[in-house]
Amino acid sequence: MGWAIALHGGAGDIPLSLSLDRRQPREETLRRCLHIGVQALKEQKPPLDVVELVVRELENCPHFNAGRGSVLTTNGTVEMEASIMDGKKRCGAVSGLTTVVNAISLARLVMEKTPHIYLAFDGAEAFAREQGVETTDPSYFITPQNIERLKQAKEANSVQIDYTQPSPQATVQETGIGNGDSQIGTVGCVAVDNHGNLAAATSTGGLVNKMVGRIGDTPLIGAGTYANHLCAVSATGKGEAIIRGTVARDVAALMEFKDLSLEAAAACAVESVPKGNVGLIAVSASGEVAMPFNTTGMFRACATEDGYSEIAIWPSNMTE
Amino acid sequence: MGGWAIAVHGGAGVDPNLPLQRQEDAKMLLTRCLDLGIHALRSNCSAIDVVELVVRELETDPLFNSGRGSALTEEGTVEMEASIMDGPKRRCGAVSGLTTVKNPISLARLVMDKSPHSYLAFSGAEKFAREQGVELECNDYFVTEENVGMLELAREANSIWLDYRVPNEKCSASVETPLQMNGLPISVYAPETVGCVVVDSEGRCAAATSTGGLMNKKIGRIGDSPLIGSGTYACGVCGVSCTGEGEAIIRGTLAREVAAVMEYKGLGLQEAVNYVIEERLDEGKAGLIAVSSNGEVVCGFNTTGMFRGCATEDGFMEVGIWK
Repeated sequence: MGWAIALHGGAGDIPLSLSLDRRQPREETLRRCLHIGVQALKEQKPPLDVVELVVRELENCPHFNAGRGSVLTTNGTVEMEASIMDGKKRCGAVSGLTTVVNAISLARLVMEKTPHIYLAFDGAEAFAREQGVETTDPSYFITPQNIERLKQAKEANSVQIDYTQPSPQATVQETGIGNGDSQIGTVGCVAVDNHGNLAAATSTGGLVNKMVGRIGDTPLIGAGTYANHLCAVSATGKGEAIIRGTVARDVAALMEFKDLSLEAAAACAVESVPKGNVGLIAVSASGEVAMPFNTTGMFRACATEDGYSEIAIWPSNMTE
Repeated sequence: MGGWAIAVHGGAGVDPNLPLQRQEDAKMLLTRCLDLGIHALRSNCSAIDVVELVVRELETDPLFNSGRGSALTEEGTVEMEASIMDGPKRRCGAVSGLTTVKNPISLARLVMDKSPHSYLAFSGAEKFAREQGVELECNDYFVTEENVGMLELAREANSIWLDYRVPNEKCSASVETPLQMNGLPISVYAPETVGCVVVDSEGRCAAATSTGGLMNKKIGRIGDSPLIGSGTYACGVCGVSCTGEGEAIIRGTLAREVAAVMEYKGLGLQEAVNYVIEERLDEGKAGLIAVSSNGEVVCGFNTTGMFRGCATEDGFMEVGIWK
């Protein structure tokens, strides 16, 4: 037993040649956010507060695809989504946000202040204003880098997203475009305190060049986010594959129904999704951590009460 | 073993005082939809085509809460949602926030077949509908007179429920029937989400669910029906469609749960459905229909009733409302 925390900044085809100027700010953000989370757990903050706090920080960082730094829809706009869940299976989710600075905090308010679980688009924006959360001009979220990514996606990808010409492959693909790290950067955090209380949170801007109105796995309870009395999970990768695999729920189901350990359940859930599609972070009620992925890399960090800590991108770990 | 099987539902959580005529109308509609599905299965249609066909019929009829006859939002508008899933490759499609699409289930199918995504919502989904050329209707088509009355009752019931005021005569239903779902008296609740699950004679499972959502819901509220793993799920072993208190179904990832206990615990379909209804709903109230790849069919619910019907290739057929 003991507290544990893990966070991610997306899984995908992260080239080993990733330039230092792209790598460093992300590693620094992971380190800073990990520190914030660890401090909060040491101060006995509830895991639900911790995951919200950490994901807010990640949303505020323009280097990841959530909050500021969200990737753009085919119309050049942002549509952010997020979900949060605790070990008592209370949960909240939001989609289609265009002005809310911290999507994860609105998801938490949906959980705590409405009889519903999931609010989207205009209704979610109206709720944000009722609740008085911080909102801003949509231009705040848009970075020059993401304008460039959309341009590249449109040039490279005009055929693939042309859904008017169905092909046998068309339905299986939410594939990335071939320019390295541009498709990734969904953020998430999972935490457990030393009483075994669990929570998970995930937030994203979605997919570069996505259709307006597209919902991915991130806000879907059981797909991108799940927590129960056994574990808390946040998944990232290709939305379509994660939704059909109900990946986050699957980790918990394998522990519950097959008596697998956290590590084995997490590995099994990732293996059941086609290679190159998914990564996840998970903590168990007893304070274990797992961070498997079947992509080239996953921006990730974790720490446990017994002093273990890791910040890494590719399989060969860079242990601190 | 084997053979096709089909089940349909028109929602769980039926008012025990529901007028007999309405009960009869519901049974007739369920029977008609079963017959439609059975005929398609005998003509060797695939499971995914049959669930879409049957749910279209349920949406088009104003009796249940989907398509025409959808429950109304707090602003008196419709916001329909639906999802569909094909077991063999676990392909899926979902839509939310539709206001003009006559058959949401068919748009969910098009999201699955014709878009690179699996879930489209609100204006983006409406735009996709226009691009695909699906049949559209104006708001009045979806809004029934009965639902306008229900919205009034729901508004009063909700305000009373929230401020603990003494119910007045207008919502006497809440006094006669203390039974509540989602904070609404059962007489107003009108769950009546529709769904269909099918296994065809080749053992392929599929599931589809469609709804107008909760009466007097907030604009933008998404329930369990469009969520893969919650309201709808299909895989190699089974197909499941759920109905009832959406939030309880989402928390329990109820549809996926049936498949998970079959897959990971080795339970049979009946055991899996019993387990999920008894153990996974906590305080929530819901029901579900399910088929397995070897041709079994099961309906389960912990509510007062569920509008449902099922049939199998060997000639079994049943339409019912109560336990």
